[in-house]
Amino acid sequence: MTIRHHISDDLLVSYAAGSLAEGWSLAVATHLALCPACRRQLSIAEGVGGQMLETLADDRASDDSWASMRNRLSEVQDSSVPASKPAASSARSGGLPEPLRSYAGGDLDTLKWRSLGRGAYHIPIRTADRETKVRLLRIPAGQPVPEHSHGGRELTLVLSGSFVDSQSVFARGDIEDADASLTHQPIATAEADCICLAVTDAPLKFRSWIVRAMQPMLGI
Amino acid sequence: MRRQTQGDKARDMAQLLVAVGSARDIEAFEELFRHFAPRVRAYMARLASDSQLAEELMQETMISVWNRAASYDASRGAVSTWIFTIARNLRIDAFRRENRPAFDPADPAFAPDEVSPADVEHDARQLSEQLHRAISALPEEQATLLRLSFFEDQSHSVIASRLNIPLGTVKSRMRLAFDKLRAAIGASGDLS
Repeated sequence: MTIRHHISDDLLVSYAAGSLAEGWSLAVATHLALCPACRRQLSIAEGVGGQMLETLADDRASDDSWASMRNRLSEVQDSSVPASKPAASSARSGGLPEPLRSYAGGDLDTLKWRSLGRGAYHIPIRTADRETKVRLLRIPAGQPVPEHSHGGRELTLVLSGSFVDSQSVFARGDIEDADASLTHQPIATAEADCICLAVTDAPLKFRSWIVRAMQPMLGI
Repeated sequence: MRRQTQGDKARDMAQLLVAVGSARDIEAFEELFRHFAPRVRAYMARLASDSQLAEELMQETMISVWNRAASYDASRGAVSTWIFTIARNLRIDAFRRENRPAFDPADPAFAPDEVSPADVEHDARQLSEQLHRAISALPEEQATLLRLSFFEDQSHSVIASRLNIPLGTVKSRMRLAFDKLRAAIGASGDLS
């Protein structure tokens, strides 16, 4: 598997800093699970975080702090490192990687798809942030992505099958980072349905009032 | 007497942390604590409403360092990086109402690293020194962006309006900064 479309530096830095909203972070973390090259970039960004931490310091004396830490250590003397948890048995290679599998509530073969019409399906994914809208999309082979309008940023991560957009092919692990200025029309390739994770700016933020008024009817 | 470089310091810190992990060495931990406690407290104070809360979150971070020291792998990165990620995660828990989804290397669907551990170890030894120099050499506008990103918990669109520059400029400055940092540590970049 060769991934050709990667995470931009600004997303990577925000993710490393911990300031990226949950929805965007889900797409970034799932791409990272599939992309060793971007994990190396992440470790550089976290290394920058470590160096930034070195530049900070307050001028408070540490003696009291150390005394209370020392007391706590004698209380927790035997708390050993928890062993890393065993991976979920339902997982398989080629399926949904973590953290997405937990968010989706199952793997590719057990998902409960909802019809969008014209053979397309989706599964809304809940996050606690109010900045993004997150869902899995299943696009029938050879068909365009449905109801495709977005006012802000959109991240699309391919999990199965592939799509073509602006003469580029996006396959498993590839991430497309589109902003409002890009007119694009992703189309699933002919061999198989394309399953992808789509994260967009929450619609209310960017759309005009008339679209906003229609949103309950359109269900978007 | 030779001045201690950032790289020497990073190596000392790694030895201390390994001693904490393998032998529960309290003196080694005290030395780590006296170096990192003021830094972690200052990091927490950027978001904490009062100094008491910053102190508590620093204590939580350092207890985690003590408890998880055995899982620190010096070949994977500097102590400052490792402690930064622990502090960052605690800060997210404390100040954000949302999760930070993360990948799981034990997941069967996870694509494992292609790089041999020997290469990684070689990089990790020099990384602190090289990164430290490269960050110090960044133009002020790029260094400011890094500080705002790592310390203030603000999205890049908020940073853009705060600095009164377009979001696209934030993104391109970040890209420029990271191109320099990548070049300085000899990492291949230009992924996208």
